[in-house]
Amino acid sequence: MKKKVAVAAEATAAYIPVDTDFKWKENAGDISIDENFVAQNFWHDVFVRFFRKTSAVIGLLLIILITVFAIIGPGMNDFGYSDQYLSQKNFAPRVKALEKFGIFDGTETMKTTTGKTQVNYYQEKDMNDLYYWFGSDNFGRDIWTRTWSGARVSLIIAVAAALIDMIIGMSYGLISGYFGGKTDMLMQRFLEVANGIPRLVIVTLLLLVLKPGMLTIIFALMLTEWVGMSRIARAEMLKLKEQEFVLASRTLGANSFFIIFKEVLPNIIGPIITQVMFSIPTAIFTEAFLSFVGLGIPVPQCSLGSLISDGFNSFTTHSYQIIPPIIVMALLMLSFNLVADGLREALDPKLKEM
Amino acid sequence: MKKYTLKRIGTSLFTLLAILLVLFILMHLMPGSPFNDEKLNDDQRTVLYEKYGLDQPVPVQFVKYVGNMLRGDMGVSYNISKNTPILQLIESRLPISIRIGGCAVLIGAVAGLLLGLLAALKHDTIWDSLATVISVIGVSVPSYVFALALSYYFGFKLRWFPMLFSADTLFKSSVLPSVSLSMFTMASIARFTRSEMLEVLGSDYMLLAESKGVSGPALIFRHALRNALIPIITVLAPLIVDLMTGSLVVEKIFSIPGVGSLLVNAIQSNDYNVVIALSFIYSAMYIGIMLVVDILYGIIDPRIRLAKKGD
Repeated sequence: MKKKVAVAAEATAAYIPVDTDFKWKENAGDISIDENFVAQNFWHDVFVRFFRKTSAVIGLLLIILITVFAIIGPGMNDFGYSDQYLSQKNFAPRVKALEKFGIFDGTETMKTTTGKTQVNYYQEKDMNDLYYWFGSDNFGRDIWTRTWSGARVSLIIAVAAALIDMIIGMSYGLISGYFGGKTDMLMQRFLEVANGIPRLVIVTLLLLVLKPGMLTIIFALMLTEWVGMSRIARAEMLKLKEQEFVLASRTLGANSFFIIFKEVLPNIIGPIITQVMFSIPTAIFTEAFLSFVGLGIPVPQCSLGSLISDGFNSFTTHSYQIIPPIIVMALLMLSFNLVADGLREALDPKLKEM
Repeated sequence: MKKYTLKRIGTSLFTLLAILLVLFILMHLMPGSPFNDEKLNDDQRTVLYEKYGLDQPVPVQFVKYVGNMLRGDMGVSYNISKNTPILQLIESRLPISIRIGGCAVLIGAVAGLLLGLLAALKHDTIWDSLATVISVIGVSVPSYVFALALSYYFGFKLRWFPMLFSADTLFKSSVLPSVSLSMFTMASIARFTRSEMLEVLGSDYMLLAESKGVSGPALIFRHALRNALIPIITVLAPLIVDLMTGSLVVEKIFSIPGVGSLLVNAIQSNDYNVVIALSFIYSAMYIGIMLVVDILYGIIDPRIRLAKKGD
């Protein structure tokens, strides 16, 4: 044996190849790349599928637009969100360029017992240099500024709550699904109890115990919204945990933590992202609902919900006050739903539409 | 099947008891007391606490409460309307909420089914897109926006329906709240019906039925819709409960004297018994409906019944 190895070594030692022994084969014309079935990166595929869907793209553009306005909108004029000018109550919308066309010129039609009259407070009070783009409210606050700062508050609350929900619900569902058996049973019973208590009760109790404000609302939303996410994570885990790659990982000595978060999680990120996108409009709605009931953001801060609630009190007389926040909120919820729909289809084209 | 049903009922009862306990603890953790009239001095307050048994430790109160509840006594209100039995308090409000919620479910389910059917049968036509647009809007626009819009146009501008609820014009004044509440149900049912119907319509047994010579309404209703209905029931069930209690904002807009406003009032004035009773009723409805759906599911679809025998 030893001898043979030595011989082989001698043979290789005898000749050392040099660069000139090799040359390129001129076969550029022979190589063809299959362009019909190019292998593609998963996320690239998702990207392409998503942008092919018009409704999803429109939704995304709307979200970006509203977010941009929520950031720069309040700074676009000289009014602050809590500035009150009691002499300038209930001014109708007036915009510089548009007033020549007879719209947004600061006039509003008032219905009185004697019939309809046209009122223009800007002229009546001799304030011709004043422009309230969306009008001013009952306390003389600028509705433009308040709408966008309300949108800002609502967006922050919704996104924060959705992200925290994702982390809690996802971990809960993954752990419950992975361990199964007694652990799963206990965790699911707990979930049933948590889910059985009316959401309104939990949220109101919390808001009464803690100080009302943005953080409390986020906390309350977090406590109530994680159930849906955990259900999805658990179902996906049950589907995946019997698969070979999990077994392989376990055979290689991976611990449960590694399998749950490093092996299974990347495989279910699609449904989870979709669920997050769906839970954002729910959070916006719940926040608005709380404000409407009177448990929301404390004054003088505002959110879309509290603006709608304010506008509701005078919506038959000064309907322009409730329209901006309602439109912004409806568009926001609509576009998040459209994007979530598009994402779901893009991430899993086989999944049936629900 | 019997064993499964019994087991399911058992766990449901246990869950209800646990919910009651959690509610009890939550309520007693609350700051403040039900008797926060400033005229009361400490002695009077102690007397009141003794009278209602609030001076005893929470576990004792809990056991007593459960005992009373089994005999049909949910306690009395402390604050909202003094010493009225809770059942009496709820009795006058629950029917209104159930009426409006029930109408909303009915409108939503029927309209949603029709819309979904239309979309599935005329797949990839203008009808399909129209139904999709309606259902996306219905799911994403909150019910109280609909409520405001409806009350503005049909109540204020056109004056077809009253803007506020009143018991005198019961039918007319429940139209707007029911319709605005039904939008979400309608949209979800429509979406679900559409996808289920598309799946069923593409299945082999539909081809078989068609080749047997079944056609027209018999094909759609007896063969297709029946199979598509099973999953739809599960979606509908939680929606029903949500509608009955979650209509709070709509109740406020139309000033309906329903359960929702009672709950908020009770929470704000620390009326323990009212809060616990209402929350418990909601939870019981939720869990009860889920239970019924689970059992119904097994009866409707034999495949599920067989699968559950393994449990």
